[in-house]
Amino acid sequence: MVIAFNTFRENLRDKILYNLLIFAALLMGASILLGALTINEQEKIIADMGLASINLIGVIIAIFVGIGLVSKEIERRTIYTILAKPISRSEFILGKYLGLVITLAVNLVIMFAVFVFTLWMTQVPITMVLVQAATLMMVEFLVVTATALFFSTFSTPTLSAALTLGLYFIGHLTSDLKALAERSSSEVKKVIMTALYYLCPNLELLNIKGQAVSGVSLAWSYQLSATLYGLFYASLLLVGAVAIFQKRDF
Amino acid sequence: MDAICTEALTKSFRSNWPGKAPATVVRDLNLTVHREEVFGFLGPNGSGKTTTMKMILGLTQPTKGRVQLLGRPASEVNVRQQIGFLPEAPYFYTYLTAEEVLLFYGRLAGLSGPALNRRVEEMLEMVGLVEARRRQLGKFSKGMLQRVGLAQALIHDPTLVILDEPMSGLDPIGRKDVRDLIMRLRKQGKTVFFSTHIIPDVETLCDRVGIIAGGRLLACGRVDELVEGQTKTVEVVCDGLPENNLLPLNALASSIVQQNRQYMITLSQPERLEELLAAIKVRGGKLVSVTPHKGSLEELFMSSIRVEAKV
Repeated sequence: MVIAFNTFRENLRDKILYNLLIFAALLMGASILLGALTINEQEKIIADMGLASINLIGVIIAIFVGIGLVSKEIERRTIYTILAKPISRSEFILGKYLGLVITLAVNLVIMFAVFVFTLWMTQVPITMVLVQAATLMMVEFLVVTATALFFSTFSTPTLSAALTLGLYFIGHLTSDLKALAERSSSEVKKVIMTALYYLCPNLELLNIKGQAVSGVSLAWSYQLSATLYGLFYASLLLVGAVAIFQKRDF
Repeated sequence: MDAICTEALTKSFRSNWPGKAPATVVRDLNLTVHREEVFGFLGPNGSGKTTTMKMILGLTQPTKGRVQLLGRPASEVNVRQQIGFLPEAPYFYTYLTAEEVLLFYGRLAGLSGPALNRRVEEMLEMVGLVEARRRQLGKFSKGMLQRVGLAQALIHDPTLVILDEPMSGLDPIGRKDVRDLIMRLRKQGKTVFFSTHIIPDVETLCDRVGIIAGGRLLACGRVDELVEGQTKTVEVVCDGLPENNLLPLNALASSIVQQNRQYMITLSQPERLEELLAAIKVRGGKLVSVTPHKGSLEELFMSSIRVEAKV
């Protein structure tokens, strides 16, 4: 917890939460502007833009702060004094992860509050499915942060960012991978596509933004199973990150 | 039970080039540091001091061999409860103040509540940073960062203190402060293991010393014992020797240096002093002075390194 709290404090002092101001200003401004321009679609556009911005900002923070969680400690050599204290390497990794997760959660809660306030101001109905969409976004942040952390335990920050971004995009296209595998005539391609389908996280499962914008309710059983899937995948990545980090020399 | 005990400690780094042999930076190091002693780990730059320290602390895994700290394997997390470490040129979170950084390291070491606050006060006082306690470390000088480093190493009152080049890059006042601190730790019954390449520091502070070069431990023991085994020399200065008749003296002396009319003759076999003095007298020379020189740690260090370089 000491590491987690310090990572959160570092994020605050690095002024990461300043993005909230930009987000709030953009959302409010765009809503007012769009309110004047569009006629019937106004509600949808505001909700769509709001959720997409919350998602995008969260993913950017998860990737670009996530890849620096470990590499910055090594580069700044702060890792020597920390690991010389009676804490295990797994505690260190999990603490760093938890610290960024707290930052992302605080960020999400504030952005979502601004979003709901904007909806209320523009008289767009606020439904439960919007909250469900936001919680699944948080699960996606957990997976993306764990991915960035996993890659950063054994590669450079630039490579980690590229790999995490790659996995993020593939994660949103896994259903296409399956379709490609089914349609492909080559056995090799089929095996590769199927392997990728099962290896990569299916992040589309956690994306219900379209449904939320349309106001179609979401079954709680789906919410639960998607959450468990995300948590399972993030845990696997964290176990991998800890295993690699245990063997590293500093 | 010893404070530090290494057995056949070895570290090799694999090359990134296929087919190239791994580079061994520490070889079969057997080192023992007793409790309540100040031990100096002396070696030139790149001799393997820092890698050895990292293996002792568990920051780097040995390729071979093992390390015991205070009678327990170095890999045990809890053993670090009793160990304080200051790395060379330490870096800390620049966004934290001196006080916050000490609170952070204290919590990592398991301290909390009033006990933690008391220790932070004591440490700020000890390293003279009470005034600068609320200043962010990004605005600290190198010497001040070194003091923060010492304070974080000692925050949990460890019994074994490991310092990597604690005097490097410090001004004379800073170096004296560190020397005084090491003396104070010794008085408190702590074990101090520090690396350095500055010989006078070792001579002033250490009970025992280990000399490392090329990754091998070349000598280890009490400073006086190690120096005892060194060759003693005698320096003879004389006047009025004829320049064309020095040949018999050359056979006795290890070196002869002429300055104006005087000669400084160094004798590496002190038992042949009488012989040399007689030879000077026969040639009409006038004796100015005879100075015996005991072996020094510096000579031992230099000769050890020369021997290692030839291996």
